[in-house]
Amino acid sequence: MSSMSATARTAVLATPPVLRITPPSRWWAIPFGELWAYRELLYFFVWRDIKIRYKQTAIGAAWAVLQPFLTMLVFSLFFGKLAHIPSEGLPYPIFYYSALLPWMYFAAALQNATNTIVENQRLVTKVYFPRLALPLSSVLSGLVDFGVSFLMFIAMMIYYGIRPSAAVLWLPVFLVLAILTALGVGLWLAALNAIYRDVRYVLPFLVQFWMFASPVVYSSSLVPAKWRWLYGLNPIAGVIEGFRWSLTGHGDPPGRMFLASTGVVIAILLGGVAYFQKMETTVADVV
Amino acid sequence: MSESVIHVEGLGKRYRVGERERYLALRDVLARAVAAPFRRNGQRRTRDFLWALRDVSFDVRQGEVVGLIGRNGAGKTTLLKILSRITRPTEGFAEIHGRVGSLLEVGTGFHPELTGRENVYLSGAILGMSKREIGRKYDAIVDFAGVERFIDTPLKHFSTGMQMRLAFAVAAHLEPEILLVDEVLAVGDLEFQKKCLGKMQEVSESGRTIVFVSHQMNQIRRLCERVLWIDAGQIRESGPTGEVIAAYETSQVGPAAGGRGKCFLRWEVPGHGNVVRQLADEVVFRFELELAEPVSKGHLGVNIVNGDSVLLVGWGFENVEIPAGRQELTVRVPFLPLRPGAYTLLCTLFNRGNNLTDGEAIEHWSAVPPLVVDTQPVTHTQDRWAGVLNIPAELQVPSTDTVRTTVAES
Repeated sequence: MSSMSATARTAVLATPPVLRITPPSRWWAIPFGELWAYRELLYFFVWRDIKIRYKQTAIGAAWAVLQPFLTMLVFSLFFGKLAHIPSEGLPYPIFYYSALLPWMYFAAALQNATNTIVENQRLVTKVYFPRLALPLSSVLSGLVDFGVSFLMFIAMMIYYGIRPSAAVLWLPVFLVLAILTALGVGLWLAALNAIYRDVRYVLPFLVQFWMFASPVVYSSSLVPAKWRWLYGLNPIAGVIEGFRWSLTGHGDPPGRMFLASTGVVIAILLGGVAYFQKMETTVADVV
Repeated sequence: MSESVIHVEGLGKRYRVGERERYLALRDVLARAVAAPFRRNGQRRTRDFLWALRDVSFDVRQGEVVGLIGRNGAGKTTLLKILSRITRPTEGFAEIHGRVGSLLEVGTGFHPELTGRENVYLSGAILGMSKREIGRKYDAIVDFAGVERFIDTPLKHFSTGMQMRLAFAVAAHLEPEILLVDEVLAVGDLEFQKKCLGKMQEVSESGRTIVFVSHQMNQIRRLCERVLWIDAGQIRESGPTGEVIAAYETSQVGPAAGGRGKCFLRWEVPGHGNVVRQLADEVVFRFELELAEPVSKGHLGVNIVNGDSVLLVGWGFENVEIPAGRQELTVRVPFLPLRPGAYTLLCTLFNRGNNLTDGEAIEHWSAVPPLVVDTQPVTHTQDRWAGVLNIPAELQVPSTDTVRTTVAES
């Protein structure tokens, strides 16, 4: 112990930083510096989410593949083979799976982010850390499932003999946009859910409606071209259409719809951070 | 030494009464919005608010160990929560120089599905340790907790005691410059409490600053040099440990109705008010009374009763003769080795006999203010094993030549 207290003493002697604790101000800022300082905690939150997600399940991470795969089968059968929804010349499994990849990621990330403050109630009321780390980690941890289900997609592409075009280089852009969309909406819902538990009950409906408002089961080419930019105000629509295009080369390259989506995402994200920060100052008293 | 590491000025925290329930459902907010036009100007009534903390200012110097005492709900935890940034103040500010570690709960962030090892890392990170730091201290932590055999088992299979030990082991290896501790020592078994207390002492000896909430006055007496007594959200008194605790305990026992008795007017320990500070020396109690008629062949009883209504010691003086009018009685006790705390003095006075011989009861007086014993505790460090007396002891082991006393060696 003596050596330990010696190191502690030198640490005390170094000029310590001053921390000023004041009433919440009306201004907000994205605490990049603080998030960076707490990056290891962020890492541990992500790690914890991944570790416990499939604990005590028989087939573990295979669920990450099974969920989109089974959904794809159902969609291909009912919307494809029975309803004959146009698929831009793509085999139905590819058409649906390429949209389900971002959609399933988005829906799961939204669900996790919404509940994260409430689920970590004990933590929030007992320890300080930048609260943004919670929704951020739930959005990031979903990427592991995304990665696993993506492997399945590669296998399907090989099976159908579809070769990706140069458009696939755009994929990271759409992935980032998907993450930011999930984060932006997740921040709003997490903050709202901390105060109004109604959000928890609204969320399943929201996700369901949202899916039909997005080009998951159909292609956005069904939407009249002059209204396409308006359709792009649904931020995830641009992401899904972009995924389908960059993975398969079919469909429209990013245009007005993509720009509209990007603009909306940025607006939602900034608003989300501001609202979340406002909630953050009182969450320990309210949650 | 005199450098202030925590500076608090005009700190206040306001809660809306019933806020917790009121904001749970959107329905209520809507209902309120609908009702708003019908309310007079929508004015907020001040009784809807509660100041959990108001106008609190103090300084803590580097290396100090400061105790926070006060009743439940007085605002101690709110203060710690503000200092550890869990919640924000409504007014005022606090300045903190140095890395803060707060321990408001043992086992924060533990997850039952993760193994012991994984939980050490997770909990350590949540309490503010870096991954490298945890890696370096990992063996010491597991060793301290004594759970090596189960460390790769999910936490949910641990016994409560084992979980507690592991949780505390992580917390104990936190090395902040300023440590804020809520009443975490109240939980856990004896062994656990002993370790906590030992570790806290170690931390304070290494020159770090501690702010410590406890309801166990003898722990505060042992650990703290200075005490802040928080009452109804404000600092009621602050100063040297003994004085503040004495004042607090006096208020805890509370003044009995009235105060003065029929003939007993007041009492004191001359020069010390109602406080006994000498452990081994003579203690003097002086009583003032006013008698309407003389007492002859009377009986005077003086008893000391503790908070659990246990009679600790009683003295009976027979054949007492006291003239009428204003009188002063002095009772001398050569030593009074009572454990530090607050006590009630019970005085009884009978005329013409005693309680067994049909004497005439003149007075049964619960003396006000209560008696406060404020001496250095020299018995067991855990309140529950310290007993009712405060008597030092020595242990000698002939083969090792060492002497251990129960008296604190500081």
